[in-house]
Amino acid sequence: MASTASSARFVNIGERTNVTGSARFKKLILSGDYPTAVEVARQQVENGAQVIDVNMDEGLLDAVEAMTTFLKLIAAEPDIARVPIMIDSSKWEVIEAGLKCVPGKPIVNSISMKEGEAQFLEQARKCMDYGAAVVVMAFDETGQADSRERKVEICSRAYGLLTGIGFPPEDIIFDPNIFAVATGIEEHDRYGLDFIEAVREIRANCPHVHCSGGLSNLSFSFRGNETVRRAMHSVFLYHAIPAGLDMAIVNAGQLDVYDQIDPVLRDACEDVILMRPVEGDQSATERLIELAESFKGKSVAEEKAAEEWRGWDVRRRLEHALVKGIDAHIVDDTEEARQAADKPIEVIEGPLMDGMDVVGDLFGSGKMFLPQVVKSARVMKKAVAHLIPFIEAGKEEGAKAKGRIVMATVKGDVHDIGKNIVGVVLQCNGYEVIDLGVMVPYSTILEAANENDADIIGLSGLITPSLDEMVTVAEEMQRAGLSIPLLIGGATTSKVHTALRIDPAYEGPVVHVLDASRAVGVASQLLSDTQCEAFVEKTAAEYEHVRDVRSGKEASVLLSLEDARVNAYKADLSEKAPPPDKPGVHVFEDWDLADLRDYIDWTPFFRAWELAGTYPAVLEDEVVGESARSLFKDAQAMLDRIVAEKWLTARGVCGFWPCARDGDDVELYLDDEVHVRFPFLRQQIRKSRDRANFCLADFIDPDGDWIGGFAVGIHGIDEHSRRFKDAHDDYNDILLKALADRFAEAFAERLHLHVRTDLWGYAPHEQFTNEALIKEEYAGIRPAPGYPACPDHSLKPVLFDLLGAQERAGITLTESQAMLPTSAVSGFYFGHPDSQYFGVARIGSDQVEDYARRRGVDIATAERWLRPNLD
Amino acid sequence: MSARETFNAEAAKRILVTDGAFGTEIQNWKLAEEDYAGDLRLAKDQKGNNDILALTRPEVPEAIHRAYFEAGADIAETNTFSANRISQADYAAEGLVTELNVASAKLARRVADEFAGKDGRPRFVAGAIGPTNKTLSLSPDVNDPGYREIDWDELVDVYHEQAAALVEGGADFILIETVFDTLNAKAGIMAARRLEGELGRDVPVMLSMTLTDLSGRNLSGHTVEAFWHAVRHANPVTIGLNCSFGATQLRPHVKALSQVADTLIMVYPNAGLPNELGAYDEAPETTAGLVRDWATDGQVNVLGGCCGSTPAHIAAMAKAVAGLAPRNVPTLGHATRLAGLEPFTLAA
Repeated sequence: MASTASSARFVNIGERTNVTGSARFKKLILSGDYPTAVEVARQQVENGAQVIDVNMDEGLLDAVEAMTTFLKLIAAEPDIARVPIMIDSSKWEVIEAGLKCVPGKPIVNSISMKEGEAQFLEQARKCMDYGAAVVVMAFDETGQADSRERKVEICSRAYGLLTGIGFPPEDIIFDPNIFAVATGIEEHDRYGLDFIEAVREIRANCPHVHCSGGLSNLSFSFRGNETVRRAMHSVFLYHAIPAGLDMAIVNAGQLDVYDQIDPVLRDACEDVILMRPVEGDQSATERLIELAESFKGKSVAEEKAAEEWRGWDVRRRLEHALVKGIDAHIVDDTEEARQAADKPIEVIEGPLMDGMDVVGDLFGSGKMFLPQVVKSARVMKKAVAHLIPFIEAGKEEGAKAKGRIVMATVKGDVHDIGKNIVGVVLQCNGYEVIDLGVMVPYSTILEAANENDADIIGLSGLITPSLDEMVTVAEEMQRAGLSIPLLIGGATTSKVHTALRIDPAYEGPVVHVLDASRAVGVASQLLSDTQCEAFVEKTAAEYEHVRDVRSGKEASVLLSLEDARVNAYKADLSEKAPPPDKPGVHVFEDWDLADLRDYIDWTPFFRAWELAGTYPAVLEDEVVGESARSLFKDAQAMLDRIVAEKWLTARGVCGFWPCARDGDDVELYLDDEVHVRFPFLRQQIRKSRDRANFCLADFIDPDGDWIGGFAVGIHGIDEHSRRFKDAHDDYNDILLKALADRFAEAFAERLHLHVRTDLWGYAPHEQFTNEALIKEEYAGIRPAPGYPACPDHSLKPVLFDLLGAQERAGITLTESQAMLPTSAVSGFYFGHPDSQYFGVARIGSDQVEDYARRRGVDIATAERWLRPNLD
Repeated sequence: MSARETFNAEAAKRILVTDGAFGTEIQNWKLAEEDYAGDLRLAKDQKGNNDILALTRPEVPEAIHRAYFEAGADIAETNTFSANRISQADYAAEGLVTELNVASAKLARRVADEFAGKDGRPRFVAGAIGPTNKTLSLSPDVNDPGYREIDWDELVDVYHEQAAALVEGGADFILIETVFDTLNAKAGIMAARRLEGELGRDVPVMLSMTLTDLSGRNLSGHTVEAFWHAVRHANPVTIGLNCSFGATQLRPHVKALSQVADTLIMVYPNAGLPNELGAYDEAPETTAGLVRDWATDGQVNVLGGCCGSTPAHIAAMAKAVAGLAPRNVPTLGHATRLAGLEPFTLAA
């Protein structure tokens, strides 16, 4: 993929890796704690610094050594090294040492005419030789420029000299010196305005240059009063940027939004910076100083360390942390609240539940989205985890939940992302969730419901055999004489299936829940004294209606199997793919995750989090865009770690075998004696016009052809999943699982590409973008057993035996033919250019009988596997 | 006219062709240890030291240059990929670096001038400088990411020694090729700059990056655009890609580079990907067909081959692109083009 260039109109330069600007960084470097110092750089980039400034000018340091060591270390960190470096020193030898370590194109900060023209030009020439842009300080032989005239004069002179030796003007960045204002010394009053005006003139006089400045000087006289300093910086930028300031060394996290600054404070800052005339006896400076007192907050040190919300009372802090999903201070805040409360339980029932109510309301009204809610839940869980030992020690009753819900992914199925999300959302809304995990037999579900006196049972499943298993659970609930509500959810579930098959099996209320955002509404109505009856009746009536429509509806006409075969698809067999270049079985022990990352299809990822839209448009979506961007950022950060720290292993296997079509079967020749037969199903729905009744066998030549198969899986998730769960971090746990799923799909896509271009090699020169791959614009298909073109999941074990998928790729099957590890994909390869995906859809009893015979199973077994395709 | 001006003038008229692989051609000669060693009496075996043949069996590289010119090449790349102090130390031949490079450049120059004399079409000599096997921006020790096997000043000296000898022998350009580490390339550029200062004239460079992953990054992690930003100060005659993969895999990256680079684009891919035995078996017509697509899309100015390519590949390419219009070098607006591993542009 072509990389997308990052570009900007205003550049935030991170200032935290500067020993003169950050006491913490200085301490780390002085103590030789470089690993932590590297983390400081990483945080800056994560927080949005587009360039990072590195400065080691400290008397106690060997600055050359420190600069070189640090730059070499961050060069080894791709998520830091991706941004340009600003090499910052007042000593040329430190700068030059830095230039010898930075592989990209850095910025040198700074050179000046302080020691005369000759040295200035020599250093500029060296910058050209090393390939660096340069910050030029407005400094000459007589000193640093303070007035507008001096700033403009020095910069213009430097510009002439530099362009005279061929220095590219666009690589010049002038720093016309930001000085402190409001110092009480009258001559200093003009400094802010002089800077802004000088910038305007310099940009006009010196084409293509940039202007930069270090903001912190400006507010130097308000040290310790962060509110005022932030306001001054924001106001200053607000006016300097339109004048032409297009870079600043600034702590991006410490700027305020201009519109959100207290208007009185904002006006006072503007009066000072812009030297606006003020009414009354006080000067602008005096007024700001007086005003500043009222913004001082508590102790200086605390104010400086904490962001604004940290100063609020604990109740509000807890709410803020829950709504914003910030877990950094949650344990401390919870502890503070606990000490203030009579009983620890009151913290949960009071501020925490109140906070979660706010979250629930925002989510319910569409102002918050699933990823944020899951983050909120993480904060809640950590808070509760902190309180539980105190509650237990006091032998208190636990918090009274709104209701207790037993949830499980049914027997034979291993998919739990959706179930986990629903669980989190319910917990966020005050329900107690007892999650039984995956592959749970009905007996365990019933036991758990009894033991815990459950109010609701929720079932989840992803693969089609799970639909039958849900019917079984419903039947067993009926047999056990239960009457509590049964909720049904999961990708293959539907209102129609629930109405037709599950609802009639159980007399208690049965409700299909379309997605996680509906779960709370459904649960609250079911458990409400006043609303329950009406809701249950309404749902039952709805399902009754679905059944009526279904039975009254003239089922679409099915062709006889015989007629359907007459209308088979006639592939042009002369076009069939040539034999594979590399037949046999190929094993991939450890496919590079960094490579797979480029093949990820993000749209389903966002869908898993219920953020509707197509990637990348979803990131800019008016409604969910912000949430999607934040989720995407977290996903990318986790991907970086997954790849760098190798959390997961992508193992796969594929193979190709000679074969021939025999009716609707494809027979594979493993050697002269051993033949394996795959029976496929044919569409029987009557087609309009010239559409054929497809069967996968139609794409295979009866006179000899080739077919392939594959299975890929993403291993290693458990250890990390457990780590997140232990830290009460559902958000990262779900994120990891969703990413592992994406890796499995990406691996399937990537391997198919490798197959087409190399192993089978029928399309050696194909060249598609990832978008085109996702749209499947290539020749050939990879249908999977259990999916529409080939709905029988039970073909999977046969395919797995052929591939040796268990021994070679470590992928096993459950009794419902779900794959383990959960993030796995398998299927067949058809190489014919006409081969295409289709849905078998409904089939007749004639085909079931025929298929059972061909498959070598009794009719009941065939019906069980083909249930979704039967009437 | 200077070599740079002549080259630019020729490149404005047509797509130029550079040569192909040397290693596989040399193998065809089935040379023995004594062929390589000659009477140099070096302390180590020389078999495999292809670059030393300029001194011991000069007729071999000469014949290969001849074959590529006959195939239609406009440029001869000197047989000096490993003729630097670091790589030659493996053969105890580091003392011969200057001699080797002078001799290699001289013989390429002689053959080039001979062909130019015959038909009046200019032929160029690019003095090839490989990356060495040391890297300035990566640590070979996973437990010590700050460690480096070599430092900048040392590598600049190594490159400078080789570049000076190549220019002395008559090379028109210094071709810094197979750049897997962008910082190594920057050291190469610095060496050329120093040489310019000493000679008091332009020492034009050509730069060619090699990708190590399909997403389009080299070993030090730079994307093609970031690489271009990092080396643009060299004012190179050509920028481009070589080796890496086959033409198929290079396609998106050639396109990306051709859009951002305001100089000539030179690409010389491998003849496909190696097969299971490590050999290249892409047919000349196949490679030629692939690179022709770049030409018809207006993305390249100079084409040639790297690993696995033969005079037949070069002949097929020359034929395939004959008469096709060369890429127009775009004029870029003023912008500050910075780079980490990724490009960063600030409008100016």
